[in-house]
Amino acid sequence: MPIHSILSTAGEWLRGDGPQSHIVISSRVRLARNLNGFPFPGHAKKNERVSVLECIKPAVESLPEMAEAHSVFSQDLSALEKQVLVERHLISRDHAAKGMGSAVVMNKRQTLSIMINEEDHLRMQAIRSGLQLKNAFKLIDKVDSELGDKLDFAFHNQYGYLTACPTNVGTGMRASAMMHLPALVLSEQVNQVIQAVNKVGLAVRGLYGEGTEAMGNLFQISNQTTLGEKEEDIIARLNKVIEQIILHENNARQSLQQKKPITLLDNVGRAFGILRYAHSMASKEALNLLSYLKLGVDLGFFPETCQLPIDELFIETQPAHLQKSTSQKLQADERDALRASLIRARLEKMPAPTPKQNEGPAMAE
Amino acid sequence: MNCDVCKKKSASVFLTQIVDGKMQKVNLCETCSKEKGVTDPTGFALADLLLGLGASQEMEKGSTTSRCPSCGFSQADFKKTGRFGCAACYDAFAEGLENMLKGMHKGLEHKGKVPPRLLKAKLRDEELKKLQRDLRKAVADEKYEVAAELRDRLKHLEAEGQTAI
Repeated sequence: MPIHSILSTAGEWLRGDGPQSHIVISSRVRLARNLNGFPFPGHAKKNERVSVLECIKPAVESLPEMAEAHSVFSQDLSALEKQVLVERHLISRDHAAKGMGSAVVMNKRQTLSIMINEEDHLRMQAIRSGLQLKNAFKLIDKVDSELGDKLDFAFHNQYGYLTACPTNVGTGMRASAMMHLPALVLSEQVNQVIQAVNKVGLAVRGLYGEGTEAMGNLFQISNQTTLGEKEEDIIARLNKVIEQIILHENNARQSLQQKKPITLLDNVGRAFGILRYAHSMASKEALNLLSYLKLGVDLGFFPETCQLPIDELFIETQPAHLQKSTSQKLQADERDALRASLIRARLEKMPAPTPKQNEGPAMAE
Repeated sequence: MNCDVCKKKSASVFLTQIVDGKMQKVNLCETCSKEKGVTDPTGFALADLLLGLGASQEMEKGSTTSRCPSCGFSQADFKKTGRFGCAACYDAFAEGLENMLKGMHKGLEHKGKVPPRLLKAKLRDEELKKLQRDLRKAVADEKYEVAAELRDRLKHLEAEGQTAI
């Protein structure tokens, strides 16, 4: 399958049809695995990395889950193509920096992606829409078992699956949920929530993982520890905390609606006004304003049909997605102008926000 | 502001480092800063300090071998990168490892998935140990008939294991 067909269609997790998808954008579970007898990628020589790749890639491609897959060597991807994959969370930023000796295999639905020779020989992940950590784990666990039959994974009787970084040893599993928490941010409760989450041994990160800023009121909640607990227990613990956060976000939304309905409508209305009429917009500003529109849809200020175009804008206004349709690399100011015009075009038919749209008859197109 | 390491004395050394393009800050008191080698900036890895509060120090204290026999990875390499060189490093640097892992994880023993191909071997291993225990008990209790039966089962299981490998 050619790479442009993957790049031109969004993954199914973006459709936002999973459970709790008004607050949980996506659920991801990744497993780190290494082969016995080869140094980890960071310490391996080029020929060793190539040997590992030659061993793993055919095994991955022969998986039934990868029947219609796209499999590509890192050196055959342009910097822009890699960045598009990063923005879709199909590869990591670290993997995007790799060249010869690394590869990525993704299924057609873009629910599975397997990075070869990232920090570990194998980093495999499943991604699903909404809160579906258990399903995502089931999917990747099956892939792992199938691969484990063909490949000799490094496994230690005491420490479990061995990984390059000792912070991943044991299950090698990182499970995470991307959450949209605008009401907790607006009501200034989000820091309390983050502190509480940290206290129970879970991590909160920004949009693109470790060390990234929280933009668009999007937060990633994930497990911090990988050794000493079963996979299912880690996921159950994470799930519980996520359900609590959903509860808090819902409460915050309700209390804002009751106590500060004008402020709320004003925030959504201003975001709508700027997005509709701006001619230059940076990606951070776009995400932050789109977050208010998404909240507006959830609260019924806009008809429900507006949800998909707004969700799509979240990803399509990202720098690489914006540029993939243009042939040359754009300067920052050119990108901002293009982004603003894309948003204006998409929002052209969208009605202005009014309280409680969804209780009346549906808006005619 | 208290020291990030001992959490007791007040901090007087404020350190900022860019690791992998990400800013990290650590506040230390006089004593801890000397202990962690902050006076020598080249020998100090903030990442280690944040990762496992002196992870590489633990490694140095505990380990007797300085290089992994399988991949040639050294403690200095670990100190620099915070990563191991290969799977065998976990045994080569075993002594210091436990202290480091203690600070990072919920336990020191893997409780999760076992690769299906190893699961059989693991179950056999457990069965072997149980039979050996039962055998010793049977002999001690002078139940020689039971002991003989257990001995035969043990032999059978051991032979099975040999062919499997």
